Amino acid sequence: MTQAVAIAGENLTCRRGDRILFSELSLEARPGVLTLLTGPNGSGKTSLLRMIAGLLKPEAGRIVFRHPDGAAFEEEAAQLIHYAGHHDALKNQMTARENLAFAAAWHGAARDPAAALERLGLKRQIDLPVGYFSAGQRRRAAFARCWMSGRPVWLLDEPTAALDSAGRALVVDLIAEHVASGGTVVAATHEPLAEGAAEFALA
Amino acid sequence: MKGFLALVGRDLRLSFRIGGGPFLGLGFFLTVTAMLPLGVGAKLNLLGEAAAGFLWVSAALASLLSLDRLFQADAEDGSLDQLALGTLPLEFAVFAKALAHWLTTGLPLTVAAPVLALMLNMPEGGYTALFVSLLVGSPVFSFAGAIGAALTAGLRRGGLLLSLVVLPLFVPVIVFGAGAVSAAINGFESWAAFEFLGAVSLFAMVLGPLAGAAALRIHLS
Repeated sequence: MTQAVAIAGENLTCRRGDRILFSELSLEARPGVLTLLTGPNGSGKTSLLRMIAGLLKPEAGRIVFRHPDGAAFEEEAAQLIHYAGHHDALKNQMTARENLAFAAAWHGAARDPAAALERLGLKRQIDLPVGYFSAGQRRRAAFARCWMSGRPVWLLDEPTAALDSAGRALVVDLIAEHVASGGTVVAATHEPLAEGAAEFALA
Repeated sequence: MKGFLALVGRDLRLSFRIGGGPFLGLGFFLTVTAMLPLGVGAKLNLLGEAAAGFLWVSAALASLLSLDRLFQADAEDGSLDQLALGTLPLEFAVFAKALAHWLTTGLPLTVAAPVLALMLNMPEGGYTALFVSLLVGSPVFSFAGAIGAALTAGLRRGGLLLSLVVLPLFVPVIVFGAGAVSAAINGFESWAAFEFLGAVSLFAMVLGPLAGAAALRIHLS
């Protein structure tokens, strides 16, 4: 069972340069629910995800991580989340296994790197430098890192971009599995990833 | 600690796989040193006198060569986001990366410097001082340099700007480093200069990661 974490964004304002992307935005992501962030390009989906991850400071408002009973978490956001951005954060000169082994050492991990890569269908490419990977294989490796992390909250930016239909099904399955075990998933996407997902539309 | 060592190991590995590890900086160091006599002419006294200062300046420039990529590569491929979200604060990531940079530049340059000093006819008595002063002082190139590297992480052609930002920070170590060698050659006690170099190094090891991490956080947001 994954630790239950509810995320509440209160009156968030995001400013990029001179432009206000969104203001007075409040959002809630509950454990056991897939929350989809939708909206046109440039509406601030990535910025909102980065805000939840703690990489981007909101201009106004705040983000709180809570236990289901309402008490705030003592840990910092960085220890609860796994952020899978639209860059894959993989080193071309290192093999897939080396990339994930480093992530496991740096972030801590619940699963074995090799097992995670196998789960995402990269068994034969485990010891291949990531530089030889196709865009879809890179995406799979990046998602393998997310699955490996064992963090309760997954923040996913376009998780199915560049994936083939099999890869897409795999990712959708793993997201569903994580949500079913009580995890919290917030995904910025243009695709309907699952039925029964809570949708949060940015204008 | 595990994460810290993993990051140092990752950067060492990447440095060997991308840039030939320590050999790129060493090659630069060697080439520039070989060119000095070509420019100055075969004036052995002149070369010997200038050797210490020249080697210190070349070591600074050789360190600068790979400094611009210190955070840029991580900023481009998204790794910087992951480094900022680790179990250790970003300051430790900057420290680990600067340490790996020193291990692949400052340390090999320190080892090579006495040999190159021989090429330049440096007088006897200065070799130990040259080695020790570089060993103690060269971490400044990586740790103070990390501040500039963090500030220019988002710039495409940040290398030139980086030199303008960090070279002034290198001035004190070059002055005292080359000074310590001259003092040793002339038979003076150079202990005070080593102590000063050590102090500057320690200062850079504290300030570099703090300021570097602050600059990276601005870059991330």
